[in-house]
Amino acid sequence: MESTIIKTINYNSYFGENHVVKNVNIEIPRNHVIAVMGPSGCGKTTFLRGINRMHEMTAGAHASGQILLNGEDVMELHPIVVRLKIGMVFQRPNPFPNLSIYDNVIAGYKLNGIKLPKDERDRIVEESLTKVALWKEVKDSLTKKGTFLSGGQQQRLCIARAVAMQPEVLLFDEPTSALDPISTATVEELFIDLKKNYTLIIVTHNMQQAARVSDRTAFFYMGELVEYDETKQMFTGPKDERTQNYITGRFS
Amino acid sequence: METKLNYRIAKSKGMNWLIILLSALCVLPLVFILIYIIKAGIGAINWNFLVSIPKPVGEAGGGIANALIGTAIIILCATVISVPVGIICGIYLNEYKKSKIAYWASICVDVLQGIPSIVMGIIGYLWLVLPFGGHSAISGSVVLAIMMLPIIIRSTEETLKLLPDSLKEAAYALGMPFQRVILKVIIPCGFSGIISGVMLSVARVAGETAPLLFTAFGNPYVEMRLTQPMQTLPLLIFNYATSPYTDWQNLAWGAALVLLIFVLALNLLTKLITRRWKVQL
Repeated sequence: MESTIIKTINYNSYFGENHVVKNVNIEIPRNHVIAVMGPSGCGKTTFLRGINRMHEMTAGAHASGQILLNGEDVMELHPIVVRLKIGMVFQRPNPFPNLSIYDNVIAGYKLNGIKLPKDERDRIVEESLTKVALWKEVKDSLTKKGTFLSGGQQQRLCIARAVAMQPEVLLFDEPTSALDPISTATVEELFIDLKKNYTLIIVTHNMQQAARVSDRTAFFYMGELVEYDETKQMFTGPKDERTQNYITGRFS
Repeated sequence: METKLNYRIAKSKGMNWLIILLSALCVLPLVFILIYIIKAGIGAINWNFLVSIPKPVGEAGGGIANALIGTAIIILCATVISVPVGIICGIYLNEYKKSKIAYWASICVDVLQGIPSIVMGIIGYLWLVLPFGGHSAISGSVVLAIMMLPIIIRSTEETLKLLPDSLKEAAYALGMPFQRVILKVIIPCGFSGIISGVMLSVARVAGETAPLLFTAFGNPYVEMRLTQPMQTLPLLIFNYATSPYTDWQNLAWGAALVLLIFVLALNLLTKLITRRWKVQL
């Protein structure tokens, strides 16, 4: 029996007057990969950024409803606490340019002023980099700047940085849209490995990607959650006409 | 067709030469000033010139030690006052672009930059010298600090504006609170730009005379106390260059050369720092 890790109840979010995410109710099971797809401007990224309370950083943005993480309402918690439990990886790789590869991985500890003994730090860095399949490539250049790496490596470094904080959920906002096909494939393989320990929610423009990596898929259209089902079911027999139109490429 | 093409090529060449000519024209005044001051000042400079104080009229020798020490102290104090305020204000203007306060602060910074230095001197005299009963080095520092502020604020703001939002998002997504994002991510990443702004502002006020005439006033002796009048290089140049004595005028030329070298060195150092410490985004 799978347990639910995230559950939203009548979640709405707005940019000023603009109602971007409309009344979303979704249950996300632990240790699964959930793909969130939909045409541009459908509110999928806004929804994702709402889960770790990044949405409200934008001026004029606000939200209503509940997002339960293990039964606890994220909206009632302090954003900092939420973001330690729910990590995020962005569209473009954004390692800290002033830090080395090593420091980038433990940035969540280092920059938050959490002191760790050296062997503990070494362990976290090696473990996190191993989890994102980057350890072998960078173990001899840990002191080099994070921006020294290639785009795909940088993105994996950013995933390692999020993983190092031992979150429960990882949010990915179109994580491969700025990467070349080979790096994309590497990152996609990673998702399968990562779901052993984490729950992954991935916003993607790319339907093939959703089909390849996810267990379940949510389809957003005009701010509404139109359909949410097992990925296989969704792509072989969508129930809603809009979903069908989208996956058959009638609009994008 | 052929002639038309030739005409266009010629026009393009002519334009190119015009640009080179005009650029050279910009550099010429600086070159002439440099040559002239070096010629006039180099004779006065020796070790004694740097370590002794001016002699009375009629006696040979004498130096500018009092002005060197005074300039160093006054600028150091001005920097200590203006840097924290300027950087914090610059951060505020960048972080809260849309707030009303930022809007007005930004306008004030522009106006502040445009206030003539002599006016700043008079203000310093009215607000600091008169109430505290006398000319003092610290009143000069405060006035110079106010003149440094717009430069530091603007350069901090412009530097931070260039940092991508994704950097801040990365920090917030790791659960960092606002003050840590600023101190540990934003400032370190923009450090070279901020520091070069500070150095340019120092170079800018190092040659200010007018505001110091009313505040630091000048002093023929070496003075270390901030509450007392103090000599600075521009003040010494102003006083001695306008005097009728050749000895003093030579001293002023020497001091002008020292000041010029100081400002040039600061500018070059700024370039070096910006290149060396630049964070590759």
